Amino acid sequence: MTLSAFAQAVVDGVLTGGVYALMAAGLTLIFGVMDIINIAQGIMVILGAYLSYELSAHVGIGLLPGLLLTVPAMFVLGVAIEFGFMRRLRDQDRTQMSILVTYAVAIVIEGIVTAVAGVDYVQLQASYVNSSIHMLGFYLPDIYLIGFGLAVALMAGLYFMLYRTKFGHAVRASLQNRTAADLIGIDVSRVRTISVGIGVAVTAVGGMVFGATNAFNPNTGYDLISRLLAIVILGGMGSIGGAMGAAIFLLVINDVVAVWWSPTWAPLVYFAALVVVLSVRPRGLFGRAAVRAQ
Amino acid sequence: MSILRRPALAAAAVGAALAMAVWAIGGGDRANAASGSAPITIGTSLSLSGDFSSDGVAFQRGYELWVADQNKAGGLLGHQIKLNVLSDASSPAQVVSNYERLIGSDHDALVFGPFSSLLTVPAARIAARYGYAFVEGAGGAPSVFGAGLSNVFDVSLPVKLNLVTFAQWIASLPASERPKTAAYATVNDPFTQPQLPLAQQILQKAGVKTVLSKVFPEEVTDYTAIAGQVASAHPDVFILGAVDVPTVSAFTHVFIQQHYNPKAFIATAGPDQGAAFVNAVGTGNENGIMVPNGWYGGFKKADSEKMVAEYIAKYGGTASGVNADVAEAYSVGQVLAQAVNATHSFDQKKIIAYLKSGVTLNSVQGPVKFDKLGENIALKTLTFQWQNGKLVQVLPLGGAGTVKPLFPKPAWQG
Repeated sequence: MTLSAFAQAVVDGVLTGGVYALMAAGLTLIFGVMDIINIAQGIMVILGAYLSYELSAHVGIGLLPGLLLTVPAMFVLGVAIEFGFMRRLRDQDRTQMSILVTYAVAIVIEGIVTAVAGVDYVQLQASYVNSSIHMLGFYLPDIYLIGFGLAVALMAGLYFMLYRTKFGHAVRASLQNRTAADLIGIDVSRVRTISVGIGVAVTAVGGMVFGATNAFNPNTGYDLISRLLAIVILGGMGSIGGAMGAAIFLLVINDVVAVWWSPTWAPLVYFAALVVVLSVRPRGLFGRAAVRAQ
Repeated sequence: MSILRRPALAAAAVGAALAMAVWAIGGGDRANAASGSAPITIGTSLSLSGDFSSDGVAFQRGYELWVADQNKAGGLLGHQIKLNVLSDASSPAQVVSNYERLIGSDHDALVFGPFSSLLTVPAARIAARYGYAFVEGAGGAPSVFGAGLSNVFDVSLPVKLNLVTFAQWIASLPASERPKTAAYATVNDPFTQPQLPLAQQILQKAGVKTVLSKVFPEEVTDYTAIAGQVASAHPDVFILGAVDVPTVSAFTHVFIQQHYNPKAFIATAGPDQGAAFVNAVGTGNENGIMVPNGWYGGFKKADSEKMVAEYIAKYGGTASGVNADVAEAYSVGQVLAQAVNATHSFDQKKIIAYLKSGVTLNSVQGPVKFDKLGENIALKTLTFQWQNGKLVQVLPLGGAGTVKPLFPKPAWQG
């Protein structure tokens, strides 16, 4: 492998990592706040992509302006899912049961999307989907640069919300001690509902970028979930910055192995890297405590 | 240990005998179902969800169109036909369970094959166990015909020769026009992998140098690195072993982003998916992309044109937008119907013997004649190309209905 091919693979990995971080952000936030492993994250990404597709293909609203509609729509969906399903889970077995419940949610969403949109593949189109800028000898695709920029902005926004706002203090207080939070007047149920809403809402952004870089149908989400879970676990479940770091780390490894060695080995090395890092740092790169720290 | 094992073996033997007895009784029911004018049921397992869902739904439409046409024409031996479709979620494990149910439990009179070579092998094994003829339209990989099954009949092209016509055309170009380099990338799948080596051999013999050859797993969710490596190598010809639209679309988008446009670009599947393919790559970018197959929506044959018209009337779109899977599925029904009519029965042994007799049958895809392995040796590989929004036949040169290939491939539309 030449140095330029290696460098290209690293650049591709960093930019693609940004897209995966966008898709994983909601997953890690929901786990961090609720101790819920959201198996429906993959289909939610696809739902976000479909919403963008409907707006752009049938209403004529561009992908980026369309986020002003899809993000609130997904927030409402998240609130409804929390209210309808997650709230009913008991604290003592919440994490285990959440896998079953969110899998059921995924099946329902997939069924509805299939009934409405069919199974033919579609892909989001816009002028910046195929364009790229030439820099330092590399062609950098605009859509990946946009995705990376959105990922950084979104991660920063989530970090600010959790650590610099009153709502963020309420979130973390209710996580550390629900009873104590209740006693000081925090409406813990409301905080959790809004948090899940935000977690699902940010997935709309990941869905838009995913749908602009990949053809998708309602079944595509299942291919994503294992990779997103790996990112969240490696980053430290609940850590927003960890998800970003882990996504870039894993995608760079994936792309370098695919180019340098063989694409056949890339998925193996992707998950092997997860095992190796966890054997050294069992709580992931940043640890789940990060999001809950004062 | 042996004391325990013997009763267990005896119990297993009794259980197996009981199961066969129950199935034999079911066989009597099956014979009854085929008597008089009672409807008969044809069972099939299709991938209505999972990785092959797009193809599975197209197959279902093809089967349903054939059932509707056949029922209008009086059904099979005077029996109206009901289609019993189970979903296998694109899973080889589920497809086994489905055919066990269709044959062993539902006692369907006939069965149709599933989608993809990957699912055909395990499904055909179940059918073979019950002595059923297994006529299918999407299991053309060598792994299907090398599985030692004598009940499999694939109405479509054997896939290993799919790219030969294309490779021979490139090799036949004058030296001044002939591409100098080629790259090959294929998903690790029994449908695609056998196709590329033959094409590579032909091109290398013609002096077309291989600059890259890669195999990637089905689980890939991001093709940026692989496609970027192809773009960096700048081959004149790019041959992609793909089973679906997303793979071809991902490579196409990366090529456009990397300002790389091959002189010739062919994919084993994906461009044959009609409107879904055009939508995914972006209108205009499909121009010049090629795909090997035995059929396309503009195929000049009376029964094919009738089927396409019916499809458009029911589902909308254009002839170029009709997925080739629809014709493959429709052909399965046509071939099995001819066997039933010729033997005047639903007897599986008679049907299998008839299909093996070397008779030439008809389908919307063209003639069907099976060799001893169940491969259709009557169909010829054609190559199609997207030209100005339409999928047209371009190879073999000078063949009926062919137009001149666009070479070199036009620039991307962006």
